[in-house]
Amino acid sequence: MIRFMAGRLMQMATILLLMSLLVYVLIGLMPGDPIDLMISANPDLTPADAERLKALHGLDRPLLERYWLWLSQALGGDLGYSRLHARPVLDVLLPALGNTVVLMGAAFLLSVAISLPAGIFAALRPASWVDYLVNLACFAGISVPPFWLALMLITLFSVILGILPASAVSTAPDPSFWDRLRHLAMPVATLGLLSAGGVTRYVRASMRETLRQDFVRTAAAKGVGRARLVLNHALPNALVPVITILALDVGALFSGALITEIMFAYPGMGKLLFDAIMGNDYNLALVGLLFATLVTLVCNLGADIGYAALDPRVTFAAVRDRG
Amino acid sequence: MGPWQLAWRRFRRHRLALASAALLALLTAAAILAPQLQSVLGVDPNAVDLLARLEPPSPAHPLGTDDLGRDVLARLLDGARVSLFVGLTAALASAVIGTFVGLIAGYYGGRFDALLMRTTDTVIALPLLPLLIVLAAVDPAKLGVPEAIARSEYLSLYRVIAIVALVGWTTVARLVRGSTLTVREREFVRAARALGSGPGRIMATHILPNVASPVIVATTLSAGNVILFESVLSFLGLGIQPPIASWGNMLTNAQELIWEAPSLAVYPGLLIFLTVIALNFLGDGLQDALDPRSGADGR
Repeated sequence: MIRFMAGRLMQMATILLLMSLLVYVLIGLMPGDPIDLMISANPDLTPADAERLKALHGLDRPLLERYWLWLSQALGGDLGYSRLHARPVLDVLLPALGNTVVLMGAAFLLSVAISLPAGIFAALRPASWVDYLVNLACFAGISVPPFWLALMLITLFSVILGILPASAVSTAPDPSFWDRLRHLAMPVATLGLLSAGGVTRYVRASMRETLRQDFVRTAAAKGVGRARLVLNHALPNALVPVITILALDVGALFSGALITEIMFAYPGMGKLLFDAIMGNDYNLALVGLLFATLVTLVCNLGADIGYAALDPRVTFAAVRDRG
Repeated sequence: MGPWQLAWRRFRRHRLALASAALLALLTAAAILAPQLQSVLGVDPNAVDLLARLEPPSPAHPLGTDDLGRDVLARLLDGARVSLFVGLTAALASAVIGTFVGLIAGYYGGRFDALLMRTTDTVIALPLLPLLIVLAAVDPAKLGVPEAIARSEYLSLYRVIAIVALVGWTTVARLVRGSTLTVREREFVRAARALGSGPGRIMATHILPNVASPVIVATTLSAGNVILFESVLSFLGLGIQPPIASWGNMLTNAQELIWEAPSLAVYPGLLIFLTVIALNFLGDGLQDALDPRSGADGR
């Protein structure tokens, strides 16, 4: 267990390090640097001033040297300032991270609330019209462009029916709980529906596999009732592989959250990151991307630990060598 | 009956896949014939008419006009060319890279194989979209891309293809690697090795034909994903750049105009949705047809 954890933590650190280098280099390749922006903002600056500013901010040094400097500061706990927000990066990131966790958590619950019954029903009656409909809905869920789903929901509920607001944040000075809920409804529905398609397919496939196994047949032969058979015997076993897949999907869910946040102007990590990249706020973009990566990696690790804890046949050594 | 005939029989039973193939053929035909169709209908995808903004459907403009007075139907046809071209080329590029990497990893095994599996594990788990956005924002001139290409009007097209191919090859590589591992140990491969065939010849003539089915299925499915990624990037203003029309960038202004012209948001998204779902059904049907042992779930 300790060896497993140590190995995985090493691996995560390596991925984060590689990611930070990759993103640092890529950001260096984006058009315009901070000094160019200062120059365009202030026409009085002479070329000599620009040179001095570049030297002051270390921009005249080679890329790798600058990366090394950034890395040693970051490891020392100094993650730097956000240019757009003029505040320390962490002060900007943490509230946004909290908002995204709320959005993703609610969407995840919605997705599970749809996927579990749909997947189980479809698995119990293979090739029936229920199975057919669920399958069709799953394909629709994995094929719909996320921003378009949001647009269509806005068209239906805000433009045509006029019952839900088109943005995620209430404009009232002191919004009530109910008001907040109304503003969250469409973003959560968008992200939840997007993820439900894939999750239902996993639940259905895993449930069908489990229902074919000997212990289920034995329980049925011993006279266990149908509901008990499905819910108490088959379901817990069918869910074990689903949990792993769900955690692997966190990365995809974050990508979906990014689009959902942009569409509904929701102040989360995804929108923050997008605005940072578009607004040349390099430091915020870099740290934000690393944060998103870290969260994803931690979820994956959690899934592996949960997998080994739920399934006694799986040892940590096996999880490590899997794949 | 040959194996292809058997596969065709199984494929025919998958009615949704059959219908999807027909729909995709129709869309492809419309995309190829777009210039002809536009001249027959007398519509120009790039003709701006600020006096005829956001017009409802009329004989002159069958689906109405957009916020610059351009014909929506004509732009949808142009968008079909772009979206299908990007989907096809990026999926093929991913397939070629993925097959190559998967073959070598599966055949030689060892450290390269371990490294590949780690890389694909990581790429699958990462939050890809923010990374793609950073990639799309990179200035190609700073990358040392030749001036002629970097300033080309079609730069955004090449760039989107390169970006999505860069992340798309991993699924194919995993599948090919898995199939190569099993085929590698079969008698006919051992026989070829005993007769003195080198690794290159064995991979090309003995293993490659036997891993073709998963490659075909994975390429079909990834074409759908690629079109989705292209549409997201174009929608965000980072993919295909106007004035070139793509289904994604036609939706860029749709959100601001949603109160004035809600129908503008419908058609391009509907076409993306139909194309992607058709590719997914087609991939599902091809999997049933080419690899019947994988089970009816098709995943």
